[in-house]
Amino acid sequence: MRLNRKLWTAVAALVWAGPSFAYEDTGGIINPTTAWTDTWNDVLVDLFVIGGLFAAVGAYLLWRYRATGPGQVGTAPKVNLDIALAWSLVPAALFMADDFFLAARGWSLWSIQRTVPAHSMEVNVSASQWYFEFDYGNGVKSDQLVVPVGQPIVLRMTATDVVHSFGLIEYKLKEDMLPGRITHIWFYPDKPLETFVTCVEFCGDGHSQMNAPVKAVLKADFDKWMAEQLTKKKSASLDAPRSSAAAPAASAL
Amino acid sequence: MTATTHLPAHEGAGFKISEWVFTTDHKRIGVLYLFGSMAAFIVAGLMAIAIRLTQYNVMTLDGPVNYFVGDFSKSLTVAHAYDTALYFHGAAMILAFLIPGLTGFAANYLVPLMIGARDVAFPRINALSVWLFLAGVIMALLTFVIGDKPDIMWTGYPPYSIISPGNTAFYVFTVHLIGFSSILGAVNFLVTIIYMRAPGMGWNQLNMFVWTIFAAFCIQIVFVPVLASAVTLLLLDRYVGMGFFDPTRGGDVLLYQNLFWFYSHPAVYVIFLPAMGLLFEVIACQAKNPIFNYKAAVYGGIGGTVAITGEVWVHHLYISGMPDWIRIGMMVTTLLISVPVGLMVISMFLTLYKGAITFNVAMYYAVACMFLILVGGLTGIPLAVTSLTVNLARTSYVHAHFHFIMGLMATYALFAAIYFWFPKLTGRSADLPIAKAAFWLNLIGTQVTFWPLFIIGVQGMPRRYYSYPLFPQFEAYHHIATYGAFISAAGITLMIIGWIYAAIRGPVVGTNPWGSKSLEWTHTTSPPGPGNFLKPVVVGPDWTPYDYH
Repeated sequence: MRLNRKLWTAVAALVWAGPSFAYEDTGGIINPTTAWTDTWNDVLVDLFVIGGLFAAVGAYLLWRYRATGPGQVGTAPKVNLDIALAWSLVPAALFMADDFFLAARGWSLWSIQRTVPAHSMEVNVSASQWYFEFDYGNGVKSDQLVVPVGQPIVLRMTATDVVHSFGLIEYKLKEDMLPGRITHIWFYPDKPLETFVTCVEFCGDGHSQMNAPVKAVLKADFDKWMAEQLTKKKSASLDAPRSSAAAPAASAL
Repeated sequence: MTATTHLPAHEGAGFKISEWVFTTDHKRIGVLYLFGSMAAFIVAGLMAIAIRLTQYNVMTLDGPVNYFVGDFSKSLTVAHAYDTALYFHGAAMILAFLIPGLTGFAANYLVPLMIGARDVAFPRINALSVWLFLAGVIMALLTFVIGDKPDIMWTGYPPYSIISPGNTAFYVFTVHLIGFSSILGAVNFLVTIIYMRAPGMGWNQLNMFVWTIFAAFCIQIVFVPVLASAVTLLLLDRYVGMGFFDPTRGGDVLLYQNLFWFYSHPAVYVIFLPAMGLLFEVIACQAKNPIFNYKAAVYGGIGGTVAITGEVWVHHLYISGMPDWIRIGMMVTTLLISVPVGLMVISMFLTLYKGAITFNVAMYYAVACMFLILVGGLTGIPLAVTSLTVNLARTSYVHAHFHFIMGLMATYALFAAIYFWFPKLTGRSADLPIAKAAFWLNLIGTQVTFWPLFIIGVQGMPRRYYSYPLFPQFEAYHHIATYGAFISAAGITLMIIGWIYAAIRGPVVGTNPWGSKSLEWTHTTSPPGPGNFLKPVVVGPDWTPYDYH
């Protein structure tokens, strides 16, 4: 009876461990990047425990039951129905328990990754062979992604020619960019950072060189940059070579 | 029938090429499959070396690759040479080496012998099957002489494959030829296993390998036509101007990816299951024990894998813009693969319990596989979890993971089988010191290659990059991985030299050198003559191929 209760407590703890995991609070926003690392570390422990157990048992069996002389045969006991069922149902139940635990952890991280916070800043991204173009929606188009720190950013993405993929390595996020479809990811730049986005779906000979700078800057610096872009756009609205070529395809979607 | 018909075919009447070209004997057909798949393996292996050389340096514009493929043709840039090498390596290793090696060579040679049949159900269809496959291999090799080599990766995703400068038709026709060969093979072997078992042989008395081939061909017969239709639509898109996958004409790029992986994930089990079957045979014989919990491994393990195989393909599309709900649904089904695979692994490990284990070269490879399954299987678990894959996808972590399963475990299971049944094929043993040296070079070389790729993969090294100026910190890891590739290339070379030597000069061994209880060892000669058995095989109700005590 008492054992039963302990067992149920353990099962309940296992089921709740995933969804109820507490992340560091950053003004109501859970950073998908740090959440990824937390989940990854837990899953690694899980893998090392299972792998270590099997490897140890395997190594022990190989050493313990090596033949000591010629002509020997094994002496494994006959597997009767009870043993057969026990060795099927118990491992199956344990594997399934671990699977559902992992699925719960994975799902809670997935909810973070896919639930775009309200008031996120939206940037449209389009990919072509072999460059990215960022459209801020106010007429500003750029070949680099500049974003303010402390502001969740959502990217609405598409491609103009072949399948590309938005590999935001530093923020541990990726999503494909497909012609004829719009996909999205969001990320939270919590501190100033200069990094890059790189294409992670094979798109031709220029695939390895397809990347763009990503800069998370302080809000003041971002405002300054945006103001510069807006004046640049006004003064030189005629020479926008690459952007104007890509624009019709993107807007047709 | 007289005893003279049982002289080894190639030792009796001398070598006649027409006897091999027009053969309908399952053993000779098996050997033809072996030669075809090993040819693909060697060429695709050279491409692997080219790939490793390209990635040796951050920027390879004048790196060592130029000595290998860069100057192959003046029309090729390093990037293009790299892309075509990647295409060939992937397509040939999976479609022309692993699947035909396991379901062509091993199934053809072993299944009729293991079930006590004189041949397969349709020997002439079997001959057609192997020649379609060999035509596919020739078609694949022809890409080395055409100017517009395919560069579309083994996946051939549109729209790139529609607008690529490479010749997509070669890809499509190679898939058609090998796919048609697989479908014919599937019909043949399913009928053979269902109807041609020796009198008295019940389903629970089958060799594990026969079960895994039965399962693999059930998968092939359902899923290969889907791949064939996907690449046919690709052909129509590219050359007839239809728009199945072209969004500007109302098509959908994701349709192809879904069709492709609807076959190509099950294809992993077409490789994995027969590899497991071969390992079960070697381990049970070398431990002189019956398979532990046979029925759980067969019905839970193999059956469970077949049941779940068609419901997991979206894990290849976790970051491809599929609806969120299906990514979560297929995360659960993908994780549940651990249940049937876990049952098989437990059966395999506990077959050693209270055994009398002896170690030959086949067993070396089998033991290596036991640990490669752990690494390959467990590193797949984060890739089953959608949200973790969001970071791991398209990195060398994925690349290292599936190489542990396909490139190492399944390949080494096939090598184990070649060493184990070498006396059956040739009457001679390949269990020589050179084989042991080759084993250690292979194992060490591949570990040195793929562990660094796991590490840099988690840190973000993208796949399919011939240069990586954004990631200079990974160069040292690529150096190590490249050295590993050369170590295992030395191992493979030594292994093949060892096989050739052993086939000609190897020690002649008796009919049953490993003391197996399986029909191919107990009821016929080595090598078996036409018709396989001197007299029809009949087995009793208590007979099993693992009846060691």
